[in-house]
Amino acid sequence: MVEYRDGKKILVTPISAEDLKDVHIGDILYLSGSLTTCRDVAHRRVVEEGREIPVDVRNNAILHAGPIIRPLENDKFEMVSVGPTTSMRMEKFEYEFVKTTGVRVIVGKGGMKENTANACKDFGCIHCVIPAGNAVVAAVCVEEIERAEWRDLGMPETLWNCRVKEFGPLIVSIDAEGRNYFEEKKIEYNKRKDEQVELISKQVGFIK
Amino acid sequence: MNKEAQVQKMTDMMAKFVGYTGKKLPDDVIAKLEELRAKETDALPKVIYDTMFRNQELAVKLDRPSCQDTGVLQFWLKCGTGFPLINELEGLLKEAVIKATKETPLRHNSVETFDEYNTGKNVGKGTPTVWWDIVPNWDGCEIYTYMAGGGCTLPGNATVLMPGEGYEGVTKFVLDRMTSYGLNACPPLLVGVGVATSVETAALLSKKALMRPIGSHSENERAAKMEKLLEDGINAIGIGPQGMGGKYTVMGVNIENTARHPSAIGVAVNVGCWSHRRGHIVFDKDLNYTITSHSGCVL
Repeated sequence: MVEYRDGKKILVTPISAEDLKDVHIGDILYLSGSLTTCRDVAHRRVVEEGREIPVDVRNNAILHAGPIIRPLENDKFEMVSVGPTTSMRMEKFEYEFVKTTGVRVIVGKGGMKENTANACKDFGCIHCVIPAGNAVVAAVCVEEIERAEWRDLGMPETLWNCRVKEFGPLIVSIDAEGRNYFEEKKIEYNKRKDEQVELISKQVGFIK
Repeated sequence: MNKEAQVQKMTDMMAKFVGYTGKKLPDDVIAKLEELRAKETDALPKVIYDTMFRNQELAVKLDRPSCQDTGVLQFWLKCGTGFPLINELEGLLKEAVIKATKETPLRHNSVETFDEYNTGKNVGKGTPTVWWDIVPNWDGCEIYTYMAGGGCTLPGNATVLMPGEGYEGVTKFVLDRMTSYGLNACPPLLVGVGVATSVETAALLSKKALMRPIGSHSENERAAKMEKLLEDGINAIGIGPQGMGGKYTVMGVNIENTARHPSAIGVAVNVGCWSHRRGHIVFDKDLNYTITSHSGCVL
């Protein structure tokens, strides 16, 4: 579902492919509903080991993140700090991961590449970044940690299934058409980098 | 105070200080971020900076680590040979990290290599990292603390250039790293560059360079010129906060150098993210302390 509140566009889980049709790279969104932290080893287990993911992320969202959790009583947990980790580490697994799990929204840090862009296009999914290093802003959007699975992976890698409210700001980096904000930006950056290398090189000929 | 009580006192103080640095950025970083924030005009960088500043406020208000990746702890010591706890220092810093991990809390970030398991204590074989500089004929101890997060550790790179590649090669080495890895490392970055004689000398210096305050310059005139050229050059690439585009990409470029073998130029780059959690504390022989990085911090 899509909701609008106080000028914010909010994706509410469950999210359909239709909900993502008007979402484009560079858009700013928020997320309410089911968000599960999922990173390196969990991706490996799903894709390489063929294990079934113990939290249903279909039509929901995952977050590339390893949070700081405080255990409470009765097997409950408090989200202390949570922020995104480098999404690129999950790139090699993401096509198969999206295909297998049916996840709709991937939140992380920095860009991803063709594997993920193809998954977004083929299965109707988006990748967003939440400005990284802002772990308290993100943590206060977590209303409750509902489940914790694959705990054997330790605190950073456990699947922490959260109910979130207006989690964001999320900036769309790959949309469901497969357009990729970072890859488009990188072309500009590399062009300017080459110009700067040339410019600086003219002024650092210290070995004579 | 007996030795045991002294060790306990310093352990407690270091645990508190480490925890504090995970919640509040050092003065120079805050000032620089404020300066850069004011210069951005586009919507995306503005939203990103607004989020960053709201986060830092909330971290202090709610007493929580501002970034979930509280890193592997690294300590850079300049320890006097006469410092009373010189023998206990490395052990007590490890204890301080274990204590800070529980009390702050910090994330468990020590995975034993080869055995590949998380120790659950945030310390392991060789972690926290401790580097020693021994200062003869002094009875104090100066400690830089640093939370080396994963994101800003990834761009780290070192190589040995042939002299024919010159400082032009150094320039290309650093700038290539910015567009390949830098944009995912949470810019605006503090960039540390080591220019020395081999990979390990350059690599150590590139991290040491990140301990220097933002806005400080190399004492060598040409190195200082290169700091400025690289800073302006990286900014001109337009990577911006979070790599999403903006006018400023770095908080600064710090270069540290040594002499080199005539046949080699060792060069390394290390970056600190915008959440550059560096602390600086100096102890005298009686364990009175001075904190230079965070005004108002009382242990």
